[in-house]
Amino acid sequence: MSSHAYDPAATVRAYLAVFTALMVFTGLTVAVAFMNLGLMNNVVALGIAFAKAAMVMAIFMHVRGSSNLIYFCIFGSLFFLSLMFYFPLIDVLSRNLLGIPGK
Amino acid sequence: MSEVATHDSPGIGSRLQPHFANAQQQYETATFGMWVFLVTEVMFFGGLFTAYLIYRIQYADAFVHASHHLDIVLGCFNTVVLIGSSLTMAMAVHSARISKSKMIAFWIFMTMILGGIFLGVKAYEYTIKWQHGLFPANFFFEAPDAGPQRIFYSLYFAMTGLHATHMVIGMGIMVYIAAQALKGSYTERWYTPVEIMGLYWHFVDLVWIFLFPLLYLIGRH
Amino acid sequence: MESSDQRVTYINAAHTVRSWLLTIDHKRIALLYLVSITVMFLLGGMMAGAIRLELLTPEGDLLGSDTYNKAFTLHGIIMIFFFLIPSIPATLGNFLIPIMVGAKDLAFPKINLLSWYIYIVGATFGLVATVTGGLDTGWTLYTPYSTAFATTNVVLPATGLFITGFSSILTGFNFIVTIHKMRAPGLTWFRLPLFVWAQYATSLVMVLGTPVIAITIFMVILDRSGFGIFDPNIGGDPVLFQHLFWFYSHPAVYIMILPAMGVISEIIPAFTRKKIFGYGFIAASSLAIAIIGFIVWGHHLFTTTQSMYAATVFSVLTFAVAIPSAVKTFNWAATMYRGSVSFESPMIFAIGFMGLFLIGGLTGLFLALLGLDMHVQDTYFVVAHFHYIMVGGAIMGYMGGLHFWWPKMSGRKYPEMPAKISAALIFVGFNGTFFPQFIAGYAGMPRRYHYYPDEYQILNVCSTMGAAILAVGYLMPLFYLLWSLRHGEEAGKNPWGVLGLEWTIDSPPHPHNFHETPVVDYEPYDYPEAAHVLGLHHVDPEEAVHV
Repeated sequence: MSSHAYDPAATVRAYLAVFTALMVFTGLTVAVAFMNLGLMNNVVALGIAFAKAAMVMAIFMHVRGSSNLIYFCIFGSLFFLSLMFYFPLIDVLSRNLLGIPGK
Repeated sequence: MSEVATHDSPGIGSRLQPHFANAQQQYETATFGMWVFLVTEVMFFGGLFTAYLIYRIQYADAFVHASHHLDIVLGCFNTVVLIGSSLTMAMAVHSARISKSKMIAFWIFMTMILGGIFLGVKAYEYTIKWQHGLFPANFFFEAPDAGPQRIFYSLYFAMTGLHATHMVIGMGIMVYIAAQALKGSYTERWYTPVEIMGLYWHFVDLVWIFLFPLLYLIGRH
Repeated sequence: MESSDQRVTYINAAHTVRSWLLTIDHKRIALLYLVSITVMFLLGGMMAGAIRLELLTPEGDLLGSDTYNKAFTLHGIIMIFFFLIPSIPATLGNFLIPIMVGAKDLAFPKINLLSWYIYIVGATFGLVATVTGGLDTGWTLYTPYSTAFATTNVVLPATGLFITGFSSILTGFNFIVTIHKMRAPGLTWFRLPLFVWAQYATSLVMVLGTPVIAITIFMVILDRSGFGIFDPNIGGDPVLFQHLFWFYSHPAVYIMILPAMGVISEIIPAFTRKKIFGYGFIAASSLAIAIIGFIVWGHHLFTTTQSMYAATVFSVLTFAVAIPSAVKTFNWAATMYRGSVSFESPMIFAIGFMGLFLIGGLTGLFLALLGLDMHVQDTYFVVAHFHYIMVGGAIMGYMGGLHFWWPKMSGRKYPEMPAKISAALIFVGFNGTFFPQFIAGYAGMPRRYHYYPDEYQILNVCSTMGAAILAVGYLMPLFYLLWSLRHGEEAGKNPWGVLGLEWTIDSPPHPHNFHETPVVDYEPYDYPEAAHVLGLHHVDPEEAVHV
């Protein structure tokens, strides 16, 4: 369906490489969870999760080399998702700062 | 293949819908359509992640206590199984691109087996939680912060339950795709349903990639 | 010229009930939706009638408290979810988008039919819920009342809403993919009609926002089953519910208004015979409204325990979202300036829209002001504001569009005089109903109460009188539009004499819309450069469209 020739061997190699990397990262995230890095625990855990997600999307979901429209879908949805996180977050984090009850 | 298949092309002819000009347009439309659907799924799960985020900030300690009741070994095992099922699904799509019909069905069956293992482990975990009184609608676990822990478990069951439901639906559709593959419906000229099934299944994997650390790995040090 | 009786059209192509209920023709699906939403509109209107009759007297003497709560809840749910949200997209959008992009159908015709069936299932849940006790939480389903205390059946109508949401998502998803992938050769984005731009922006909101109300309803159903996500007794936060609910429900109002704005953008250049002023700005403003509309929802939470800081941010952003709407209104007015304006019925609806939307939009700015909102939140001021936008704006746009494209959809012209009278009655009746409510609300009358102090009675009586006139105005089209199907004059391809791809094909169209894929190498609204087209009523259907 795409205009360039399909290379079966290279594709399977890429899939296996991603699978291996995902296993490594999974082990890493569990290992890091047992270390005490304070707030960085959350940063590392999410960072690893995003790295795994990026690999799955790029190689398993064929995003790498696909049209810009697909990238638009991915980053667009992440953007709107972040809006949904951001505003309730600023609400919750800034409550009771003025000493006025209920605000 | 570099030529654009039209209504008259061999093999694709009957698959090309009348309102499309050529197979390339139809394929791009179908995959773009699946991505738009995945966007809706991101926002769908996103609502639960929002609730999780807000409550985790408000009840950090209770979330740590609640997360410790989850079995990290089972969670890790399930993560490996699900990522494995993503690999087998990718191999199914690969088999379609090289027109190996029986292999498509084989890899889909492997995906379903791994998915089944995942769901089995989840069912076991749910049973254990129920027995310990951690199921939110029947909560009798005693602790000073039992309230917020119950909120954690409400979100745990909602998020993993919704995820599991998506898996069950996906596996149901896989039965149909595998049956079609065995009939020889998918070749390198037209394998769109396999590709789209792959996108859906990888998305299910993506959700779990985030659920695992957020639910199982809070404050384990 | 063949009359529509001899020509194959999407209407006469097949006659069986099965051919209608299992159709995948976007034009037939549009008509299926048209019938369904009209039924729901009449039902929601009856609820409104019950409310207005109750409010004629200060005592709560017509309906009991519980029944009144159910009446306004169901009025809101039916009108928003089962009428307004699908209205223009599922009827006019479904009918026109493929034609306006030069395609034979939408990208996924079977999913289009599926979306209608999902709508019917969801509406059935809603109707069953209505007759088995109703719902009294208000359409906003606020927790913890809806999750812990309501004794009416919450899960049933909530499930109905959950299901109907998917109808909306599938429609939006179909439009997005169609507009991206199915445009005719030469039809670049900036040659698209503004109705398509408006529908595209609407579809973005549908696809991004509707899943969030779905998951929120899911959480409410879980809480009804014993989970405690929003239970304050165990630390849950009802304001979190409101954040999640309004994350969708505010953009939902843009789902309701953007298509109407798209309709107005088509009607005004048509009846002014002038190129629309600032095409690029109007297209961009549709997208701007859709995007900024996602970050203003906190203005519904001003009187809750939402923090002062978040409230201030939302207030500023709410002022910002008014700007693109203002851009559109200025551009429509500028289009009319020095144009050759004629006052056919669609134009009367469009001009009515401009005036009423102006008032509704400006009062929105009053509500965006934190200090004033504290005073008028949960009063009739808010009720009047959103009815000016939803009814004075969205429904006027829908009626205008229905009239404008009726000859195209049915092949018949409706009688113009009753249509003008209907438009006038709607305008007068609408203002009679809702303007007194601004005054009552500002003077302190709270909403969702069925009894009130005596001093508000005169305003309520005026409002109910207006509602009676409004009802007549809305019922009239039911008669003359249906009458036109049998007795109306044959419309021909271009009864209004205006520009647009849809006016170059038969009325009613052939099932495949175009006999040959059109090639679009011209700008939209190309008056008066393309004035020579306006004289043409006979276009050889075998020719590709070249203007």
